[in-house]
Amino acid sequence: MAQAEKATPVGTARRSGAGAIIPLLSRYAPAVCLVVLMIVFAILQPQFLSPRNLFNVMRQISIEGLIAIGMTFVILTAGIDLSVGSLVACAGLVAAMIAKGSTASSFSLSTEAQQGYGWFAAMAGAMLVGILGGTIQGAAITKLKVPPFVVTLGGLSVFRGLALMISSSGPISGFDESYRWWGQGSIGPVPVPAALFIGFAVLAFIVLRYTRYGRQVYAVGGNREAARLSGVNVQRVLFSVYAIIGFLSGLAGFVLSARLNSSEAVAGYGYELTVIASVVIGGTSLFGGIGSVFGTVIGSVLIGVLINGLVLMDVNPYVQQITIGLILVLVVAFDGFAKSRRLK
Amino acid sequence: MSEPLLRMEHITKRFPGVLALDDVSFEVAPGEAHGLLGENGAGKSTLLKILSGAYAPDAGAIEFDGRPIALETPLAAQQSGIVTIYQEFNLIPTMTVAENMFLCREPGRGQFISWKRMVRATAEQLAHLGLSIDPLAPVSDLSVGEQQMVEIARALSMRSRLIVMDEPTAALSEQEVERLFRIIADLKARKISIIFVTHRLNEVMRICDRVTVLRDGRRVGSGSVGPLGIDDFVKLMVGRSQHQLFTRLGDERSPGRVVLRVEGLSRSRDPVNPHATVLSDISFDVRAGEILGIAGLMGAGRTEVARSIFGADPRDSGTISVDGSPVVIRSPIDAIRRGIGLVPEDRKQQALFLELAVRHNLAISSLKQLSWAKWFVSDRAEDELVERYRKVLDIRMASADTKIADLSGGNQQKVVLARWLALQPKVLIVDEPTRGIDVAAKAEVHQQLDALARSGIAIIAISSELPEILAISDRIITIREGRITGNVQRDNAQEETLMHLMAVDAAPQPVA
Repeated sequence: MAQAEKATPVGTARRSGAGAIIPLLSRYAPAVCLVVLMIVFAILQPQFLSPRNLFNVMRQISIEGLIAIGMTFVILTAGIDLSVGSLVACAGLVAAMIAKGSTASSFSLSTEAQQGYGWFAAMAGAMLVGILGGTIQGAAITKLKVPPFVVTLGGLSVFRGLALMISSSGPISGFDESYRWWGQGSIGPVPVPAALFIGFAVLAFIVLRYTRYGRQVYAVGGNREAARLSGVNVQRVLFSVYAIIGFLSGLAGFVLSARLNSSEAVAGYGYELTVIASVVIGGTSLFGGIGSVFGTVIGSVLIGVLINGLVLMDVNPYVQQITIGLILVLVVAFDGFAKSRRLK
Repeated sequence: MSEPLLRMEHITKRFPGVLALDDVSFEVAPGEAHGLLGENGAGKSTLLKILSGAYAPDAGAIEFDGRPIALETPLAAQQSGIVTIYQEFNLIPTMTVAENMFLCREPGRGQFISWKRMVRATAEQLAHLGLSIDPLAPVSDLSVGEQQMVEIARALSMRSRLIVMDEPTAALSEQEVERLFRIIADLKARKISIIFVTHRLNEVMRICDRVTVLRDGRRVGSGSVGPLGIDDFVKLMVGRSQHQLFTRLGDERSPGRVVLRVEGLSRSRDPVNPHATVLSDISFDVRAGEILGIAGLMGAGRTEVARSIFGADPRDSGTISVDGSPVVIRSPIDAIRRGIGLVPEDRKQQALFLELAVRHNLAISSLKQLSWAKWFVSDRAEDELVERYRKVLDIRMASADTKIADLSGGNQQKVVLARWLALQPKVLIVDEPTRGIDVAAKAEVHQQLDALARSGIAIIAISSELPEILAISDRIITIREGRITGNVQRDNAQEETLMHLMAVDAAPQPVA
C-alpha cells in the first residue's frame, strides 16, 4: 500500500477535516467493502472461510471475471458491451460441437468414442467465435458510427438468436476429461478457471500499465478529441477493445461449458449485468479514462463473495439479483457524490 | 435623445483573477440599433450575459423603460422584454418551428397544447417578418439564417422591446445578411431596440445608429455613427492597455528556407458544423526559424486554417508542401508523420487528459520513441523526457505523477508544448498559446516560442491578442471571413493597420 501512503499527504494538503476522508474512501471503497463483507460473513457463517468455500467462490467468479477484464478495456474507452452473455452461449456451443464432432451426438452423455476433435480445437473455435463477434461489433461501432450501446444491444439479441438456432436439438453435454479439466480441474489447490482469471488479469494489468496500447486506451477514454489531435489512432483503439472483450467472452464460453460439462443456448444469460457491475463497482468510470483491472478484480470478488454469503445464509436466491442491482446504483451514486466533493 | 429604453449604470463584474467589467455605463434609445464593439476579451460577452440574466453584476444598476429591474434569471430577462440571440442558437433542433416559438408558453388549456392555435400564431409571426417558413418543419431542416429568423420571430412573439444579437452575421450568407438588415430596419421602425455585437465594422456603419466601444472591461467611447467613422472605432478598440504590453522578441532571428507552404486552401460550408468559417483560397508559407503570426477576429477562420493544415478538419482543396514536396494530410496522424504539430485552441477540451498524470499527458504523442520491445513504454525513458522538458520549459509541478488538472494553466500549456517538442517537429502551429494563463506565464510562453524558432522550427502563432502577435511574430498575415487580407512584415505593422485588415473590407492604404 505504498501508493496509499504517497497519495495521502496530497489528499490532506488540499482538503481538510472530515472532507478528506471521502476521496480516500472513494478510492479504496471497493477493497474496504470487500473486507467488511468477508468479516461479516465469517462471523455469521463460519464455514464461509473454509478453503473449500473460498476456492468455490473463486471458481464461480472466474468466468464472468474473465469477461469483466475485457469489459474494463471497453468501459475505459467510454464504451459498453451488452452482448457478452449471448456471445458466451455461441462460443460454448461451437466449442461443444467441435468437441463432439456434431450436434447429432448431443444426447450422448458418454465420454468415450467421440469422433470429434480435442479440447484444443474446441477452445480455439470458441475464441475464434468470440473474436469474430467482437470484431464485427467493433467494425459497426467505428465504421458505421453506431453507438456501442446500440450495436451491442443488437449483438445481445443476434448472438442469442444464433445460439438458439445452432442448438435447436437441445443442450450438448458430456465431454472428455481433458476438456472438462478447463472448468472443473485444479492446478494445485487453485481451480483452473481461477488461474485463467488471475493470469489474464495480470496480463491486462501489464498491457494497461506498461504498453503504448494501454496508454492509448486511457487517452481515448479520457478525451477522445485530444487523443485524435495527439496522433492516437482512435478508431483502431476502439475497434481493438471490442475484439479483446470478444476474445475473452469466447474463452469464457469454453470454460463455462467445461465446468458445466454442457453447452446450451441459454448459457451466460444475464452476464452483462454482473460483468458491468464488477467493473463499475471496481471504480472504473462509465465516462471512460478512469479505472483499473485491479479494481475490476476486487469488484468481481466482491460480487462473488456477496452471492456466496447470501447462499450460505439461505437467502432467497432472487435477492441476489436485487442486491447486485442496488449495489451497482449505490456505488455510482457514491462515486458522483465523491466527485462533486472533490470539485468543491 | 429621448428617454432611453435601457440604461446600464456603473456595471462591474469580477471573476476570479479578472475584472471583466469595470464601471461600464451605457444607454440604448427606443428604436435604436446600438453597436457594441471591442476586441476579444473586452467584456462584450460578460455584458451580454448580464443582460440576458445569466450573470448577476457585482455592482451597478439596470433601468429598463424608466424602471429599475433585476435580471436574475434568463426567464426574468425575457419577461422584462429583453431577448438575447446567441451565435449558437437556443433552438431545439429536433422540435418544430412552432414548438420552439412557444416553448414553455404553449397556447392551450392546462397540460394540453392547442396545436392549431400554436401553428396559426407561428405562421402569423413569421409572415410578419416576410418569411415563408413552415411552422411544422423541424428546426434542424432550416438553414442557419432561417433559424436566426425564427429566433427573432420568437423574440417578437414575446413582445420583446430590446433584442440583443451576438455576432448575428457570422454564419450567414450575403443574401441572408441583407435580409437580416431589412428586418432590423423594420424592427427599428417599430420602435424595437437592437444591441448589435459584431466585429464587422462595415456592418456597424450600415445598420447602427450609435456605438459603444469596450476595451479591457471598460467603456472607452460612445457616439453616433456618422460623426464617428471606422477609423475612430479602430483607434478606440485597439488603444493601449498597460497589462497587454509584451516584450518584443525575435529581432535577432533570421528565417531560413521555406518549410511549410500552403496553397489555395479552401473549405466550403460544413452542413454538420455550419458555424465553422468557410475558407477561401488561403495561401502562405512559413520559413524555418520564423514565427508567422496569424491575426484575425473571432470567427475569422484562424482556427479553421490551423485545423485544416493539421488534418483535424476536412478541406475541399489546397495543397500543403513540407520542405518543398507536396504531402497528403488527411488526419492528424499524417500531419504528425510529416513533422507538423498543433497546440490547439482549447486546452481542456482538445489537448489535455485531465484525469491522467503529467507524464502521460506529455508522452502521449511520442510513445513509440519511448518504447522497448516495440510495445512497452519505458518508464525510465519517459522520466528522462519529462525531466528534460521540465528543465527546458521550466514546468512547475510536484512530480511527473501529478495529475495534470492540478497544474496551473501556464504549466499545463507548457506540458502541451513539450508534448510536441518531444517529436522534434519541423512546423509547430500554436493556436491561442496563452489563452487563459496569467501575464507572467504568457511572457514565459513567448520566450519559449522565440527560443524554439531560433532552434530552427517554423512556428505559426495564432492569436486574437494583437499585442501578442506583434510581440512575437516576424511576419503577420491577417485573415477575415476566411480570406487572407494582408501579409505584413512586423516592422511595418501597427495595431491599427492590422485591425483595419482584420475588421474592414479594404485596407486603408497599401501595405507592404
